[in-house]
Amino acid sequence: MSRGMLSRLAEALYWIGRYVERADDTARIVDAYIHRIAEDPFGDPDAACRSLFAILGTKIDPDTPVSRENVLSELVYDQTNPSAITGALLAAHENARRAREVISSEMWVCLNSTRNDLGAQRSEATRVGSASYMKFIRERSALFAGLTDATISHDEAWQYLILGRSLERIDMTARLLESRLLAAEHSPDWLTLLRAAGAMESYLRASSSGSDPAAIVTFLLLDRTFPRSAFHSLNVADRCLEELTVAGSRSDTVNQARRTIGFARTRLEYSDPRSVLSELQDLLDFLEQTCATANNEITAHYFRQVVAVPWESEQGT
Amino acid sequence: MPRPVYKEIVDILVNFNAVDLRSRFDQLGRTFAERGVTFALGGEERPFPLDLIPRIITAVEWGELAAGIRQRVLALEAFLDDVYSHGKCLDDHIVPRSLVTSSPHFRREAMGIDSDNASRITVSGIDIIRDEEGKFRVLEDNVRIPSGVSYVIENRRAMTQSFGTLFSHHRVHPVDEYPARLLAALRRSAPEGVRDPTIVVLTPGVHNSAYFEHVLLARLMGVELVEGSDLLVLGNNVLMRTTHGERPVHVIYRRVDDEWLDPLHFRPDSILGVAGLVNAARAKTVTIANAIGNGVADDKLLYTYVPDLIRYYLNEEPLLHNVESFRLEDPDSLHEVIEHLEKYVVKPVDGSGGKGIVIGPQADEATLTAMRKTLLHDPRGFIAQRTVALSTVPTFVNNHLAPRHVDLRPFAINDGKDVWVLPGGLTRVALPEGALVVNSSQGGGSKDTWVLADESEIAREAEVMRTNAARLLSPPVNGAFRQYGPDPDSSGDQ
Repeated sequence: MSRGMLSRLAEALYWIGRYVERADDTARIVDAYIHRIAEDPFGDPDAACRSLFAILGTKIDPDTPVSRENVLSELVYDQTNPSAITGALLAAHENARRAREVISSEMWVCLNSTRNDLGAQRSEATRVGSASYMKFIRERSALFAGLTDATISHDEAWQYLILGRSLERIDMTARLLESRLLAAEHSPDWLTLLRAAGAMESYLRASSSGSDPAAIVTFLLLDRTFPRSAFHSLNVADRCLEELTVAGSRSDTVNQARRTIGFARTRLEYSDPRSVLSELQDLLDFLEQTCATANNEITAHYFRQVVAVPWESEQGT
Repeated sequence: MPRPVYKEIVDILVNFNAVDLRSRFDQLGRTFAERGVTFALGGEERPFPLDLIPRIITAVEWGELAAGIRQRVLALEAFLDDVYSHGKCLDDHIVPRSLVTSSPHFRREAMGIDSDNASRITVSGIDIIRDEEGKFRVLEDNVRIPSGVSYVIENRRAMTQSFGTLFSHHRVHPVDEYPARLLAALRRSAPEGVRDPTIVVLTPGVHNSAYFEHVLLARLMGVELVEGSDLLVLGNNVLMRTTHGERPVHVIYRRVDDEWLDPLHFRPDSILGVAGLVNAARAKTVTIANAIGNGVADDKLLYTYVPDLIRYYLNEEPLLHNVESFRLEDPDSLHEVIEHLEKYVVKPVDGSGGKGIVIGPQADEATLTAMRKTLLHDPRGFIAQRTVALSTVPTFVNNHLAPRHVDLRPFAINDGKDVWVLPGGLTRVALPEGALVVNSSQGGGSKDTWVLADESEIAREAEVMRTNAARLLSPPVNGAFRQYGPDPDSSGDQ
């Protein structure tokens, strides 16, 4: 039986998983949007950019016009906003710095050299276009994922990392779909959505329905095999929590986090694809709520157990 | 003229052209930047530049040096045991009682704390220099929380990667044994009756200048790296907070200074420490390594008494000499030093990292005047040493080789039974021309330090390898090797 790990490190790993995934997903989303804005002669850049800010949960002044430059400076290059690509990577790096002894050297070097390279990549991107920056981020995230898979034991530490990654994926997929609902006339077309989720090719291969909204939503939410679908990520998160519960000595205590994730997984598993589109708003609210609740429950259960230290007078003195 | 041992190295390097050398030098720097081998100075992360040319120590020289360090550590260990229990050396007037009680690092809180199995100086770093006559001398002792061993390990790794060819002409003692030795010593130091001790490295956290080292050691020993907030003391037992609840901790290799270690006994504002740690150590449920209060043994004034301590405790003559030093509480010495301050090096007794040192020959008049005043006011707070012309070693500076001053910090591990000295140690080099302070925080770099193996060892090793090679391994199995699909070159498409 595993002996548990330091709560502080478990928390750091969980957030490394979340932040790297966030950087990756954000890079895909921003790339797809910027591409779309550039290509669409009829679209309204201001509205499209606003919808992007909304997806990514970054506030923006409703009165000043928003342009591609705002997207780049605030959602891509901002170092202080952990919801921006650069900020998320720096946050992952900072967590890794404090958890260096539980990730492999190669994973550390990957994050560290990525951080060291951000400045040069940004200069490169101002020369040749922001797509090169997004490509860099996606490649480094993929490298990190590969190293995570291949260079550390798939033990408790790994489970926390994957758990964080899965929850972030669910959250980002839900946010992405939410953008369709925010303001339908400004929102991207369905194919852009697929592209932003990195799902275009998999979808086309799996489906014969073309750009049918119901098929696309079903794919992004319910597909059993596509690794970025909400169902698949919930499944992975559920398995992580199962492993963590089995490994722990507190298996008899109620693990609220697992219940939350398991319930969401089951709800998606038995959702009727025919009604997914009509229930979309409800489903997305449910998923976002699930992510937020699970995050709090995981934090309380694994990372921040409170131990009361009794203060007593010294005996026998 | 460099000594003959450097000839082969220099010969090899001469064959590289300047551009090639430069690129390899840069590669060393890059390797470090990628791996995050840095030290923090004033909040900024900087690499600790590694020089291309190793420092070389012959087997014979090393044998003498290691024996001298071992002797010194044993004497200091005996002294600390004595000072924190009966104080015999004070009763016998070997060391004045006032020296101990006035030492800023003497901890009354540690009186009577005695773990059954542990040494007090589990890890030490004795700073060594080579004087004008080529003789090794002890510059200062570091027996609290000496740092730098990570650079020894990382320097070697970087050198073998970038300059593998240099190693082909020398048989160099490996340095990677250190973590295993330290782990073994820590395990041995566990409280009585604990069979499988849980060992942790306690770090002040990610902003400490030696954080990189704490991580490296924890990782190479396979133990947890904890911060103060990861630990708590319940009923005199130290526990760490894990995802499976609280787990007992038995040995703490701490890299937190005494005064931050336990807010109940030392600084109450410390958030780096653990409340109740000192009591737990006193109750013998946990071993703290290095022990609390070791600083009285590396007080610079005590340094001047170490030769006497060696004679007193070990009944041996010191193998390594001190640098000639003056105790300034003696009026004649104080007078001499104040009169000729420009000839001496003055150091605060409790300083480290080169802080507060005044080097007479290089100081301006204002500094000297201020120092004279300070000395008159606080003679106990400083010692004076003769200025030693540190030995120089060829060093790669601005694309060519130049002599630069070096010192050496070998690391020793005392597991309670014996003292083992890591063959090599950290060679620090003062990069500005003529500079004598070699500290990393003052524009220093480092060199990989090679202790050459002696010939008989080499022969023995070779014999073992020959025997092993004779037991032939079967060749690897290969499957069919066939290429599927169209030849990528012949296809126009991607």
